[in-house]
Amino acid sequence: MFQADTPAWIIAPVVLPLIAGLFCFLFKRRIFIIALAAALANFFVACFLIYQFLVFGSMRCYIGGWQPPLGITLRADGPALLMLLMTAVTGLAVTLYARGYFSCRIADSERAGRHQRQQRYFWPLWMLLLAGLNGLFLSGDIFNLYVTLELVAISAASLAALSGKPASQRASFRYLLISLLGSLTYLLGVVFLYRTCGVLDLDLLRNLSGNGAGVRAALALLTVGLLLKTALVPLHFWLPPAHANALAPVSVILSALVVKGSFYLLFRFWFELFSPIVTQAGLNFMGALGAVAIIWGAVQAIRQQRLKLMVAYSTVSQLGYLFVAFPLSRAVEGAQVWSIVIFIALTHACAKSAMFMVAGSIYLHLGHDRIRDLAGVRASLPVTVFAYGIAGVSLMGLPPSGAFIAKWMLLSSSLVSGQWWWALVIVAGSLLAMVYVFRVMSRFFVIPEGEPLKKPAALSPLLEWPALILALISLSLGLLAPWILHILSQGTVGLVRVFPGGLS
Amino acid sequence: MNSGQLLLIAILLSSFIPGIIIFCLPEEKHRLRTILNLCGSLVKISLVLLMNAGIYYGHVFEIRIPLIPGVELLLNGDPLSALFATLSSVLWLLTTIYAVGYLEGSPNRSHFFGYFSLCVTVTIGIALAGNLVTFLLFYEMLTLATYPLVIHRGTEKSLRAGRNYLIYAFSGGAVFLVAVVWLQAVVGPMDFSAAGFSPSYIESHGSVLALIFVLLIIGVGVKAALVPLHGWLPQAMVAPAPVSALLHAVAVVKAGAFGIIRIVLDVYGAHNLLLLGVLPLLAAVATFTILYGSVRALQQDDLKRRLAFSTVSQVSYIALGMSMVDQPLAVIGALVHLVHQGLMKITLFFCAGNLAETLGIHRISEMRGVARRMPLTMAAFSIAALGMIGIPPTVGFVSKWYLGLGGLAGGNWWLLVVLVVSSLLNAWYFLPILIRAWFGKQQGPWPEEQYVGRFETRLMLLGPPVITALIVLVAGLVANAQISPLAWVRFIVRGYSL
Repeated sequence: MFQADTPAWIIAPVVLPLIAGLFCFLFKRRIFIIALAAALANFFVACFLIYQFLVFGSMRCYIGGWQPPLGITLRADGPALLMLLMTAVTGLAVTLYARGYFSCRIADSERAGRHQRQQRYFWPLWMLLLAGLNGLFLSGDIFNLYVTLELVAISAASLAALSGKPASQRASFRYLLISLLGSLTYLLGVVFLYRTCGVLDLDLLRNLSGNGAGVRAALALLTVGLLLKTALVPLHFWLPPAHANALAPVSVILSALVVKGSFYLLFRFWFELFSPIVTQAGLNFMGALGAVAIIWGAVQAIRQQRLKLMVAYSTVSQLGYLFVAFPLSRAVEGAQVWSIVIFIALTHACAKSAMFMVAGSIYLHLGHDRIRDLAGVRASLPVTVFAYGIAGVSLMGLPPSGAFIAKWMLLSSSLVSGQWWWALVIVAGSLLAMVYVFRVMSRFFVIPEGEPLKKPAALSPLLEWPALILALISLSLGLLAPWILHILSQGTVGLVRVFPGGLS
Repeated sequence: MNSGQLLLIAILLSSFIPGIIIFCLPEEKHRLRTILNLCGSLVKISLVLLMNAGIYYGHVFEIRIPLIPGVELLLNGDPLSALFATLSSVLWLLTTIYAVGYLEGSPNRSHFFGYFSLCVTVTIGIALAGNLVTFLLFYEMLTLATYPLVIHRGTEKSLRAGRNYLIYAFSGGAVFLVAVVWLQAVVGPMDFSAAGFSPSYIESHGSVLALIFVLLIIGVGVKAALVPLHGWLPQAMVAPAPVSALLHAVAVVKAGAFGIIRIVLDVYGAHNLLLLGVLPLLAAVATFTILYGSVRALQQDDLKRRLAFSTVSQVSYIALGMSMVDQPLAVIGALVHLVHQGLMKITLFFCAGNLAETLGIHRISEMRGVARRMPLTMAAFSIAALGMIGIPPTVGFVSKWYLGLGGLAGGNWWLLVVLVVSSLLNAWYFLPILIRAWFGKQQGPWPEEQYVGRFETRLMLLGPPVITALIVLVAGLVANAQISPLAWVRFIVRGYSL
């Protein structure tokens, strides 16, 4: 029944991790092997789905054969598949990294029991989260999206609580409450929409949404709910403590993937579902929030004394770029917003994962992550420091990273449309990023005076290489740009027409 | 993929691959590292010479990598890129030899030489860049590759210098990026070409294009150390001597000056710039930088700082020559100065490094009678210093001669005044050093003398400055020959219908 052009393949990215999570929960040994197999399978399925998409076009699967408005719909188009691939690649790297991380911590005999327990909970929760995220990217129905959002929220909050320290308990509890609040607001929006339009399927909704008050209220509620989860300034307050106090692999997952999920939905709603009723004022408002986020997050990142907090605030700042794309969407003929946000999201996912991995490795290596005292790390962890540097360069948006492509498009559309203030924000943001990246980088290069008291143990390659590989991917994304644009321009999206320049 | 494209890739890889291998080598394998370095640079020089021959006989060297519509990476070997690539690869070989001698026994050498190789790869990339996007790519990478070298010593002082360097360089890069995007938004995607963009844009977008020109010059002016964007350069002197040589003569400052040349000749083109009327602005900035740099150099007692301010001043001759782009002779003077200044300045920095490394001399006031202790080093220093002043038959004279001729041909007699005043200032800050070194009497022991064996200093430190000083002399003597920097520059200028 599974031919190359069978739409049913779309189910695999959701079902595989779900089954793996179940097995991880049931079995006591070899959990890692199960998780790794699921992550690998997920990666190959994602690649296959992209191949299928390029050959056979956009896919749509009605589970159990029930047509909408009754059944559960999964559908795959360009942006969804790229997000799926991003999750798969980062997920695979995180799986390997987490293995190295837990082995390293269990080797420390004092707290071996606790770390073993942490690891037991980590794998099933991570698989559950993966299933939720994949479902979120693929669902074609606004209520199923709510279900996946809840799945992601609950598993993410439990993962954040794993570390067990009081600070992380507090932060993750707050994270859980905020997530649930966001989900509830979202659900309320869904209710409004269902009351007004009577259907939940995204494609059917697109034909129905008119300019009614109910639809506008639904848009407002959905937006607020998702903004809470995406942590756009001023709703970002929960993010830095939750991300910085979690275990290192969890920070990676939260920062690289989870916030992208809710942003992806938000973007879909604004630019596909509700695009007829979205006003320029609304877009400008989102852009302004994004601009504040870029500057505020970067300034906070510069002020932090701990590496993980610095990286977390950098996430707040980088998320702002995604929203600056909103007001520029109508600036030039043929909006190129999908390609802009996809490039930012992909680069940020890879670079930020690498950075959190580096921060975690350094924490394991030194026993702390105080930026002041990072001297000498370059000599003992050259690969990790190199990964940090490359990831930092990608975050700053230097060529040839994917963020550079996005920055180029943003700058070009803001200059062409005469909205030069966005260009100023973008440039200022990347200069501030330079400051916080190199503030840490320069500490790595300090040669410590005197011999260290005890030489810290070398780290396993599983802790160092996934970070470097992700960092290199994020840096070379710009060179892959034609391929990514090709995927985005296939099928139904129809938003991609890049402005090549030249006023005539 | 044709042979020309393979050659371009091989030129880039010939330093990139040794660099990556060197990063992975353990610290103590210094012999293998040296062999890799030297092989890499020799291979690179031969490949670059091969490319030069190809360019001379009209072969096309071009690689295009599209990124998004309107943005593509383009590597292109044209006569101008050959000039810069040859300069960089030859001086890289000498600097590598020098650095091996200079850093003997110091920590973190594998990192140092790794970044060193990356640095020259990126510089060659700048030389070969065929459009502004590619130029920008390598220009930003150059900052990244040189930063670890600037802070190589790992002291607080070097970190401060490195921080300033980054802030200046990346701010310049950001301005440059905005200008590049904006220019593309106005005139559409364009490659470097002798014609520049179509003059019809000047009627419709004249003031915007003038503003973009200013932004572009600010962007590259940071690295070219145009006053007031020069603040990072004297501070970066805390880096080891080979790095200073690299910054001043081979890579960074040169990349900025090369950028000015590209923007003036290949992006805007002489005709458009005359229409826009922005050239007097460039001339004013360049003149001010020349005089200001010389005056500040006068005040320095620290030898390397004096040389740094001298660089600020000397590199601006290039900008000055480009500001008279309608005069072929001035353009010849500017282009040939790119090579000549590199040769002279690298000699001076090698010599300053020798003095510091062998005798612990950092200040000019400590140099009395040093020529008797280190005659060859000081002879090389003297030749280069006389060249800087512009005394025949050194190469410095050739550059100034052509700049002056260009000024006269265009009726800009003030240019002669600038040249004369600046040469007087050069003499004023170089001649006392020479007099003190040759005719002064040694007072007390040298600050930190090291025993070095038969020669006045280690052979690997002595060889490179002597060679570059000889080139400074010979290239000046045979400037009119078939093969000389001047001959190649004439070949370049023939390609532009000036």
